[in-house]
Amino acid sequence: MPLLEIRWHGRGGQGAKTAALLFADAALETGKYIQAFPEYGPERMGAPVQAFNRLSDEPIHLHCGIKSPKIVVVLDPTLAETVNITEGLPEDGVVVINTTESPDAMREKLGLTKQKVFTVDASKIAKETLGRDIPNTPMLGALIKATGILNFDSMLKSVEEKLKKKFPNNPELVAKNIEAIKKAYQEVGR
Amino acid sequence: MIVARTGNEAMAEAMRQVNPDVVAAYPITPATEIVQIFSSFVHDGLVDTKFVAVESEHSAMSACIGAAAAGARVMTGTASQGLALMHEMLFIAAALRLPIVLCVVNRSLSAPINIHCDHSDTLASRDSGWIQIYTENSQEAYDSVIQAVKISERALLPVMVTIDGFIISHGMERIDILDDREVREYLGEPPKRPNLLDIDKPITMGPLDLQDYFFEHKRSEIEGMNTSLPHIEAVAREYKERFGRYYPVIDTYRIDDAEVAVMAMGSAAGTAKVVVDRMREKGKKVGLIRMRVVRPFPKNYLKELIQGFAAVGIMDRSDTLSTLGGHLYVETRAVLYRASHQPPIKNYIYGLGGRDISLEEIEEIFEEVLEIGKSGKVTEPVVYKGVRE
Amino acid sequence: MKEGWRKLPLGAIIPEAGSAEKFHTGDWRSERPIYHPDKCIQCLICFIYCPDSAIKVEDGKVVGIDYDFCKGCGICAKECPPKAGAITMEREMK
Ligand code: SF4
Ligand code: SF4
Repeated sequence: MPLLEIRWHGRGGQGAKTAALLFADAALETGKYIQAFPEYGPERMGAPVQAFNRLSDEPIHLHCGIKSPKIVVVLDPTLAETVNITEGLPEDGVVVINTTESPDAMREKLGLTKQKVFTVDASKIAKETLGRDIPNTPMLGALIKATGILNFDSMLKSVEEKLKKKFPNNPELVAKNIEAIKKAYQEVGR
Repeated sequence: MIVARTGNEAMAEAMRQVNPDVVAAYPITPATEIVQIFSSFVHDGLVDTKFVAVESEHSAMSACIGAAAAGARVMTGTASQGLALMHEMLFIAAALRLPIVLCVVNRSLSAPINIHCDHSDTLASRDSGWIQIYTENSQEAYDSVIQAVKISERALLPVMVTIDGFIISHGMERIDILDDREVREYLGEPPKRPNLLDIDKPITMGPLDLQDYFFEHKRSEIEGMNTSLPHIEAVAREYKERFGRYYPVIDTYRIDDAEVAVMAMGSAAGTAKVVVDRMREKGKKVGLIRMRVVRPFPKNYLKELIQGFAAVGIMDRSDTLSTLGGHLYVETRAVLYRASHQPPIKNYIYGLGGRDISLEEIEEIFEEVLEIGKSGKVTEPVVYKGVRE
Repeated sequence: MKEGWRKLPLGAIIPEAGSAEKFHTGDWRSERPIYHPDKCIQCLICFIYCPDSAIKVEDGKVVGIDYDFCKGCGICAKECPPKAGAITMEREMK
């Protein structure tokens, strides 16, 4: 795999950074070189935030910001109106967005022509499975389905292990997150 | 073992494996995590360390000095204002010849208040008598912290190991970590040195030292720094033999047939390596010099290395506020004085307060240095790259 | 002759204990305490207060003053209980 760059858009509290970290960890386990880093501004609930990933089969030396990511993942549908989420997106770029709208409607809204747009109602999935609108883990499932960058099962296994470590006393929460990822994987559409 | 770690996590991991006797620390962004993670290792019983939670960085370094004077293996971490508050104690640690390892996350100094990376904090303490190692990424930070323990105990000087704030400290990367056992075997027990708790050989440390002896003691400390480079190199070689990874005093990238070179330090050197590759693809003969050890300043190596280029661009993530330019530039100029061949050099001060430096900007620097190499002329010796005019 | 820098211990440490013994603060005296054993009640207050450990004590009893180290500050004379008055100060004669 040549160098692949991903940008995550979310709002403070939605877990964009966590998603980038989980994704990088999963990619690492498939033997990739990885980077995951948040953009640091003042950390406030609800404020637009970004996080980034680099993936490659070769060691990664770059330490500059990511300006034109091949893939953009958007955790919050309302961000499309306030933040330029397609900034720097190349013609062969991919957008994966959490929204109730159809891919075609989203493509028009974002003014995209050649790029691929995938949509999934990750908030609904999160509410149904986790009981809260934390769409970051389901969006991991959607990202994998949309782009095929990682093997889905190995990603699931990696995320499950990481979540188990993070919530050692809450196996139910881990199981629900895994369910949410699977659901989003199935439901994401283009 | 291959793992994903942020720079802070990598440094904390190295500290856990070193298992120091004492860590005294005070939290400060972006270095907080290092000692926070380490304190959880203490809490979980993964280390035998006595963790001293103090009320300021001045106290943190004071406690480290006391513990090191008592013969302990001592480590701590800080950044920016915290390092500035330690300033007074840094000189004492070095002059008492105490092996202390300090993990520093580079962050700009106030004012204005900023939490992001530049190198002004550690470079402001460059004259404190500490060995300074600037690392490029999490892997090197991890390895360097372990090496620093060895270096400090051999050179009998304290050592700072730095990473770039947020860019490395909070960026997760793939790194290869050693087994705990390997690290502990490599470091072994600290060599015995005169200490305050040795009741069979009682000593006095830090006495008043006036006109009749101070100069001799200072001269002896200066000699300690002057002769520390071979220790750093020996440790790098041993580490390579044992674990395979090698870090020279000055890291170079594709300089063998390079016409011009750019010098940089810290994480931006990684980005610059990618620029070198891109320019090489276009047939441009450029290379990179990454300063890793800055105290002691490797003057002979640098002089030897740099004389062969038609021009050198020097990237500084700091300014000396002296009218002279950035730290690396000023010191490189000093090294080149009376060198038989003096290539034209130009200073590019960049990235203050965490301002991102892009591939394109670094490429512009290389292009300009290629031009200087051809014309031999530098019109403006110090410029500020990426600042709005 | 004082040593050159190459011969000094690292870190400016003093590698031997009690090296103050080599430094005769007795040279500083302009007044000299005189101990009167007949008046002494052996309260040892002078011993506690003397900043240079110059009150000689043997078997728990004051036996005199060590003039090699007594710097003549007069604290012992001042602190000696007035009803005893066992230490008096005199001009130093050199
Ligand atoms: S004069 Fe001062 S130094 Fe001398 S014995 Fe008395 S208290 Fe000690
Ligand atoms: S203070 Fe006076 S009375 Fe007491 S022990 Fe000393 S000389 Fe004797």
